[in-house]
Amino acid sequence: MPAVCLYFQVHQPRRIKKYRVFDIGKDSNYFNDDSESDLNNRRILEKVANKCYLPTNKIMLELLEKHPEFKITYSISGIALEQMEEFYPEVLKSFQDLTMTGRVEILSETYYHSLAFVRSKEEFRKQVSMHRDKVRRLFYQDPRVFRNTELIYNNELAKELESMGYEGVLAEGADHVLDWRSPNFVYKPVGTERIKLFLKNYKLSDDIAFRFSSRDWSEYPLDAPKFASWVSSVNGAGEVVNLFMDYETFGEHQWEDTGIFDFLRAMPGEILKHPDNSFVTPSEMVHKFNHVAELDVPHFVSWADVERDLSAWLSNPMQYDALNKLYDIEADVLKTMDKDIIEDWRRMQTSDHFYYMCTKWFSDGDVHKYFNPYETPYDAFISFMNAFNDLKLRVRDKNKKWSII
Amino acid sequence: MATKILMFGWEFPPHNSGGLGVACKGLSMALASRTFEIIFVLPKRVDISESRLNLVFADIDYNIKIKAIDSLIYPYITSTEYSTHLSNGYSPIYGGNLMEEVIRYAVKASGIARHNDFDVIHAHDWLSFPAGIHAKKVSGKPLIVHVHATEFDRTGGKGVNQEVYDIEKKGMEEADAVIAVSNFTKDIIVRHYGINPEKINVVHNGVDEREFNHNLLPPENLMRIKEDGTKIVLFVGRITLQKGPDYFIRVAKKVLDHNPKVLFIISGSGDMEAQILNDAAYLGISDKVLFTGFLRGDELNQIFKLADIYILPSVSEPFGITPLEALMNKTPVLVSRQSGSSEVLSHALKADFWDIDDMAHKILAVLEYEPLSRCLAENGHSEVKGINWHRSADKCISVYNKVLDSFNNYKEKIA
Repeated sequence: MPAVCLYFQVHQPRRIKKYRVFDIGKDSNYFNDDSESDLNNRRILEKVANKCYLPTNKIMLELLEKHPEFKITYSISGIALEQMEEFYPEVLKSFQDLTMTGRVEILSETYYHSLAFVRSKEEFRKQVSMHRDKVRRLFYQDPRVFRNTELIYNNELAKELESMGYEGVLAEGADHVLDWRSPNFVYKPVGTERIKLFLKNYKLSDDIAFRFSSRDWSEYPLDAPKFASWVSSVNGAGEVVNLFMDYETFGEHQWEDTGIFDFLRAMPGEILKHPDNSFVTPSEMVHKFNHVAELDVPHFVSWADVERDLSAWLSNPMQYDALNKLYDIEADVLKTMDKDIIEDWRRMQTSDHFYYMCTKWFSDGDVHKYFNPYETPYDAFISFMNAFNDLKLRVRDKNKKWSII
Repeated sequence: MATKILMFGWEFPPHNSGGLGVACKGLSMALASRTFEIIFVLPKRVDISESRLNLVFADIDYNIKIKAIDSLIYPYITSTEYSTHLSNGYSPIYGGNLMEEVIRYAVKASGIARHNDFDVIHAHDWLSFPAGIHAKKVSGKPLIVHVHATEFDRTGGKGVNQEVYDIEKKGMEEADAVIAVSNFTKDIIVRHYGINPEKINVVHNGVDEREFNHNLLPPENLMRIKEDGTKIVLFVGRITLQKGPDYFIRVAKKVLDHNPKVLFIISGSGDMEAQILNDAAYLGISDKVLFTGFLRGDELNQIFKLADIYILPSVSEPFGITPLEALMNKTPVLVSRQSGSSEVLSHALKADFWDIDDMAHKILAVLEYEPLSRCLAENGHSEVKGINWHRSADKCISVYNKVLDSFNNYKEKIA
């Protein structure tokens, strides 16, 4: 004890290019920016792959070879997987090499990394099933544990997942959810029979993901022995330590010159120096640990921003309007039975589009600005709505054709 | 003891022709409210009554003394235009051309510097730079020159007047510190005048919320135009090269090609008025372009409230206070990236002045998508409340302190 679950999110959206009013009805390629800007999806994937995915996967493979007890878990969005296939097959291959070790688990999520659960249960189920198919085809795995987009979670999601046959689900160990409780135990969601809830230890996770290179931090610089000692100190006060973070932490958010790769190379060995420590995957946790209590999460929590709620994607009139309008046309879109139209509609559901429209804290120049490929949230909204209006035209034209036949 | 500032300007509201007077007033009032004593020297136009200006400040009990010098100085016109100005019936008290006026102002300034007690000299823009330099020479006190605009902004870089350039450069060289109203202006000063960037401090302008009446409604007669869903796009500023009115007209054409239910209002006057009228006629959109002439006060704010979006298409705008005024009236703004105010506004749309397509694209989006316009207006409005003259005064004070510190150190050393 404790068992450490290392879980990484891998995701890249298909960003909408600068799409002008003048383009409506004339250009139906919303995602094909080929400029030098950060809206060029191929360029971004290549950049992130070279800085993060490829070098980190290489280290992970070495670590798996060196430590037979080491285990890793990933969730890779479908839209990221298809971009790897399209733009950089070598990256996909490097993830497949990892899963071939038998000690790397892939989790289930929505194919489009979307907010579908918040707006349409039916669409949510379809996207989950699309993602399962993709994971099965690429990694020969049948995930039994689910994590929703950006750890968005509530009681209802747990119930829905249980009915879909899942045995476990991941969520943020937010203070306002846990209160006095510890994230270092397994819980059972209120209103479910057996599905298990695994909560992120945000303190230890964020020590790596956010604070690692922060010189203002009293613990700077963080090295592997120090971190391992923090993990070991959980001993007796918890059964699991869930370290959940974006995979881009390695090399992209924390650049190579911060020493993040050296830290990663040393960390598993340091943790395993303590004989009581081990590594687990979520599906192993399902069988190894019983829940200690029920946890009631009536309102949505997520791992985003200090608020840990939906406000990163839904807190201003532009975001509400864009999301509502997108799901308003669900029935009409499906009625077209047009593969391209349906696919574009789904690509527009990716949560990042709404994240880019967030005006919260915008003027303070915080992470929303850092992670925004658009100059302002307003520019993100304009391109989205213009592209959406083009999509609506296509839907209308297609359905008109059907009605004539 | 209060620090005393000898300030040289040339226009002061309500007798101002643009943002410069507004800036001088906003800054000096904010400084005066912080135990700074301001002696504000103004070259006097015949129709400015000194008592009235004194009365303005007496009202609100600030420590500002107004000193007026008789001369005809108009901040925005070039030397050639000045001669035309004179032949149109304006009578100068002194010299027959702008340069002579500037020199007379400087000579007078020496006298004022001799007869007053002060700690720092602060001169606003090139017309007062020679005055500042003279005051420094007779008093030995440190000089700060404040650059609100350069000859490169006024002329768009074409036909830069050498004499003006020389005065600007000399002022900045003689000064102990330079204040630029934006990073945009700081860049120009470094690039075109070769001034050491370490000497240049950026102090952005602000806006005074109390000047805006939030209960004001748009003019009723003009509101009727909007009854059928017509949208209004607004330009406010001098109709002159620097402000990009010609780009505004070309954008108007582009917007109207897509959405004919839009009216474009131009509020201001200037040397390019005839050209803009001709352009509109040539493009066949004369009926969609409305000229209001120069507006100020409530009338101007009413027009801001009427508009669905305010555009600042300036070619070279050292700061540009009007977008701040638009946001005070909760009107969304699109600002040229070639402007200082774009540096302080996050909740604004931005475009390069020459990118007609991009500007039209953004205007159309604001007119089309209500949630976009609402977010821009509301977030921009809360943001602009923080961009006030007290913030500018704070930065200005730190420049004073820096200059006074090294001045006192120097005095100690030679003592």
